[in-house]
Amino acid sequence: MNFLTTLFLGIISAALVNNVVLSRFLGLCPFLGVSKKTSTALGMGAAVIAVITLSSAITYVIDHLILRDNLVYLRTIVFILIIAALVQSVEIILKKKMPALYKALGVYLPLITTNCAVLGVAIDSAQQNKTFADTMIYSVGTAVGFLIAIVLMAGIRERIEHNDIPESFKGMPIVLVTAGLMAIAFFGFKGTIG
Amino acid sequence: MKQNTPIERLYNGVIKENPTFVLMLGMCPTLAVTTSAINGVGMGLSTCAVLMMSNLIISLLRKFIPDRVRMPAYIVVVASFVTVVELLMQAYVRSVYTALGLYIPLIVVNCIILGRAESYAGKNPPVASFFDGLGMGLGFTLALTIIGAVRELLGAGEIFGFRVMPEGYVPVSIMVMAPGAFFVLAILTALQNKFKAPSATNRGDKFCSGCCAQCMQKDCGQRERSDEE
Repeated sequence: MNFLTTLFLGIISAALVNNVVLSRFLGLCPFLGVSKKTSTALGMGAAVIAVITLSSAITYVIDHLILRDNLVYLRTIVFILIIAALVQSVEIILKKKMPALYKALGVYLPLITTNCAVLGVAIDSAQQNKTFADTMIYSVGTAVGFLIAIVLMAGIRERIEHNDIPESFKGMPIVLVTAGLMAIAFFGFKGTIG
Repeated sequence: MKQNTPIERLYNGVIKENPTFVLMLGMCPTLAVTTSAINGVGMGLSTCAVLMMSNLIISLLRKFIPDRVRMPAYIVVVASFVTVVELLMQAYVRSVYTALGLYIPLIVVNCIILGRAESYAGKNPPVASFFDGLGMGLGFTLALTIIGAVRELLGAGEIFGFRVMPEGYVPVSIMVMAPGAFFVLAILTALQNKFKAPSATNRGDKFCSGCCAQCMQKDCGQRERSDEE
């Protein structure tokens, strides 16, 4: 299989077939919490793409240079610290160098440290011994999947806002039902890649 | 009830501020691992162990950790205990370890743990914090077991691997797959709203709305804080 096919299939598989939120339940907190408006959902999604891509690259290098041989048990601690530090430094750099981008993404950055998708992707690729290219494809695909899911969710939530919903389903329950239906829809992608 | 006694903390964690049903925290493991009751118990107990120990240590260190770097410090403490629990599980309860997989290291980012560290253990004495962790952990275990049991019952006709449904019952297998998790939780929260049971969804801004990140900002234990002041 040539490189382009691998790339394409990898991204489709990570973004749609094994969608990070809807089939693996990672990053549910922002998915439920920051999906009230499409614009904020887009911002959150973009910030997640940036952080996941950067953090997977860095954790891959550190894992292969330092941890892989006999410090595997330190993975969790080291990875979460790298992610926390990375988020902090991205925030500082953006604030100083690109104020416009900081304005757009800044508010979401601190929220990402506790997003389990970021740590989940890093640990998952390390445990599965993926190569660098595979790791990057996997993490970008996962992040794109998160963006797709959260933006779709926000779009749906904007629409159901003013609909006639049973009293006790208002708020979180209807959002969860929506998420469940979206998960069923994403099941449909299971058949696409054998 | 007298505040901050071990019994009060246990009651608070299991019933009054149950992390899953009332505070709506830690949704990722709640939905991901509850495909069966036994997985729910495993996840709940491992989180409970981490929560107790991290609360205890953070409370002991609360006078030494500078306020500005408290979050990274808490994260290191929590991550260390998660690693300990992970290694212990790998050694002694292999089947649960394999079933939970990736979600064990992800206990680090479970917002219940950081939330309790931030809102309780960071300002209260060690014994009370320890029991706070135990109470919250047991509350979490209880919630996960209930959700797991409901999903296993509907999705496989069994509870803890024992057949309870009659022979003719056709399992609704979607219940043990991803969408089922959302539906079970949706119906549970709707019932809570219906019977006006307290939960994050119908108490307005006082509690965080299921988002750990918001919770970190708003500081989940606002009520306890205002009690102290």
